[in-house]
Amino acid sequence: MSVMNKHYDVVVVGGGNAALCAAISAAEHGAQVLILEGAPKTYRGGNSRHTRNFRCMHNSPMEVLTGRYDEEEYFQDLLKVTKGKTDETLARLAIRGTEASYRWMQKHGVHFQPSLSGTLSLSRTNAFFMGGGKSLVNAYYRAAEDLGVDVLYEAEVTHLERQDNVIVSVEFTYNRYRERLTPKAVVVASGGFQADLDWLARAWGPAAQNFLIRGTPYNRGVVLRDLLDQGTEQVGDPTQCHAVAIDGRAPKFDGGIVTRLDCVPFSIVVNENAERFYDEGEDVWPKRYAIWGRLVAAQPNQVGHVIIDSKSINLFMPSVFPPITAESIEELASKMDLDPAALRATVDEFNSACVGGDFHPTELDGLSTEGLTPAKTNWARPLDSPPYYGYSLRTGVTFTYLGLKVDGNAKVQSTQGPLDNLWAAGEIMAGSILGEGYLAGFGMTIGTVFGRIAGEEAAGYATH
Amino acid sequence: MQPIEVVNLQTHVEPGRSQAVEEARRQFQICNACRYCESYCSVFPALHRQRELEDGELQQLANLCHNCRACHYACQYTAPHEFALNVPAALAEVRQQVWQENASPKWLARLFHRSGAAIAAVTSLAFALLLWLAQGLSGGDGVGFYAVVPHNIMVALFLPAFILPLISVAVGLRRYWRSIGGTRITLRHLHAAMGAVSTMKNLAAGHGDGCNFEDEDRFSHKRRLYHQATMYGFLLCFAATSAGTILHYALNLPAPYNLFSVPKLLGLSGGILLCIGTLGLAYLKTKADPNLSAQRVWGGEMGFILLLFSVSSTGLLLYAFANGDWLPELLALHLGTVLAFFVLIPFSKMVHGFYRLAALIRDEQMKADG
Repeated sequence: MSVMNKHYDVVVVGGGNAALCAAISAAEHGAQVLILEGAPKTYRGGNSRHTRNFRCMHNSPMEVLTGRYDEEEYFQDLLKVTKGKTDETLARLAIRGTEASYRWMQKHGVHFQPSLSGTLSLSRTNAFFMGGGKSLVNAYYRAAEDLGVDVLYEAEVTHLERQDNVIVSVEFTYNRYRERLTPKAVVVASGGFQADLDWLARAWGPAAQNFLIRGTPYNRGVVLRDLLDQGTEQVGDPTQCHAVAIDGRAPKFDGGIVTRLDCVPFSIVVNENAERFYDEGEDVWPKRYAIWGRLVAAQPNQVGHVIIDSKSINLFMPSVFPPITAESIEELASKMDLDPAALRATVDEFNSACVGGDFHPTELDGLSTEGLTPAKTNWARPLDSPPYYGYSLRTGVTFTYLGLKVDGNAKVQSTQGPLDNLWAAGEIMAGSILGEGYLAGFGMTIGTVFGRIAGEEAAGYATH
Repeated sequence: MQPIEVVNLQTHVEPGRSQAVEEARRQFQICNACRYCESYCSVFPALHRQRELEDGELQQLANLCHNCRACHYACQYTAPHEFALNVPAALAEVRQQVWQENASPKWLARLFHRSGAAIAAVTSLAFALLLWLAQGLSGGDGVGFYAVVPHNIMVALFLPAFILPLISVAVGLRRYWRSIGGTRITLRHLHAAMGAVSTMKNLAAGHGDGCNFEDEDRFSHKRRLYHQATMYGFLLCFAATSAGTILHYALNLPAPYNLFSVPKLLGLSGGILLCIGTLGLAYLKTKADPNLSAQRVWGGEMGFILLLFSVSSTGLLLYAFANGDWLPELLALHLGTVLAFFVLIPFSKMVHGFYRLAALIRDEQMKADG
């Protein structure tokens, strides 16, 4: 293998957005760089393949971004979703870094476009990638190659050898051989551990085996575990993951964006026993799809069933799988493996609690049930217009919170102070900033801003 | 514990339905839930306007697709992902089917789309016949080319060879227009569609950096440029012939024309452009991933490009050696390729231009309807 005979200033572990930003940035600051991507070329890019936008501050309208979204508003949004579990210094650093990053991204081949159809609510805050995250990843690989960065695919890093405060070697498998490199500096950007179901089950409980993983099967947290075992400081709740409710028929891994199901507010959702368990109309779906991941996870066998009727079938974004369709509630129940009599009883009880009034699908309309537990507080209309449609719901894991603690230079901290030549970017350190919840497009913010910082710092260290 | 069921996303085809159409429908259901490619070309906004797609609407989207492949390289669901999206190939198959099913006779279309060899064979036969005619009937009263093949013979040969294929295309297009639900065409629709054709807007991607064709996901304008050289070259040659016809019949100025005449200037520039364009397209085709197109017609498409190149290169040779000893053979060769080209219009890749224009016009109508 030719790269084994070369000497690298910087080895970047991982191949997604943060890794690529680090590699490009390091190369532009004069370093000889190697990317070790664990996935094959067709699956390169980690979870960035599935992303679609970048949350970006701007003090006045900026190309595809409308209006104004200043640092303070951005930070307040972050405070809201994290309930204060954030490091303000790092968070503000990430937020302030977005404006310049927007241009940097363009310069390296990323094309922005106005928000996609059905995402108007994000047109002010988020810049969408034309073609989505994989097109961004493709552009960055091209930019990296043009800068002379080497890339190895299917190169799985197994161990970073630490002596005192220095990483002395990077061990990985490639072509079934064990290899070892001794670069001057290392950037780890290899994501979280959500694809390791056993780890998830240890952290969350056995129910996690029934979760679906929305992103790449290659984020197994091997390097994260290895570094935590060697005394690097950890951040983020190790038992938590960000999960949403998605179509239960989605693939076990990598279902991505299309597995979302937006019809819950117009439905009733029942569990395996055909019983309702939560207010489906509590708020608009983008504000509630995350809590439904947890609600479904708490139900028997971690599954839910969404029932709507013909009145609602065109009120939400098309789903990737066609709904189960039936002319009666009983028929739908048997097609969905539910007890027909029990579902009939649940629907009847719900229908008789609906009081009627004006229905507004796009806003909180206050159309609430009366005398029903749990209540449905908006969009409550009886299910009485066949055909009836059913979808199943499962918990889909997006990312994990456990990570490495870094400082403002993206340098990895150990219990004995910062490591001399190890930097981290992206999901592997995101727990430093995002302690809870999620903000659309913020993962790409952290990856881009800290990826650039990590690359520049690593190159500076390695070339001086 | 209940196992997680994974829906089988294989295409199920009911008897009498098209496998190609059903596969495109399956893929588009996934696209419609994703929408990341919305800004690349005209296909995706048209797709997202609907929730369910009729067969005719799928055929329309297939003809709207210019096979720029940007959506494919940007796609998170291509194989080995179990969704196995390959939108360029799926649409190419539907397109191919539309062209073949609407051509008459169908068997001839199937043969030529599939087989570039067949195109070559017909070409050879045609020019062999011409050679023979030229030898048998020459020595007339004409000058220049007409000394070799008399003008009346040319007209008798080319007029039906030109008109009949066009009638055949028109019949097929009319059938297509009905199947996609086309309505009355206004000047505004036509103007917008022609605008898209004149710049090949759909081969530029939404960001204007070109398409993904010859070098995986790297954007390039090469295919767009070569295509436009081919298209404008062809139109210039056509204009040259039209100018000659007008000079001959309206102004009573029969050929030969000198270098600075309208037919010669148009023909010369058109011929050069056509040569460059077709060679470029043929080269790019050898570089592009065949899995992202209708593979069974690769040969037919290549045959068509090379036929166009033969038309233009033999035409240029005629200009260069109009006074040489090989004039009868060169003329026969050129006229043979031209004849083959015309006869093959309804059955070769040439129909793509007519169908794509129709699709672009229909897209304008759909946009106006909202």
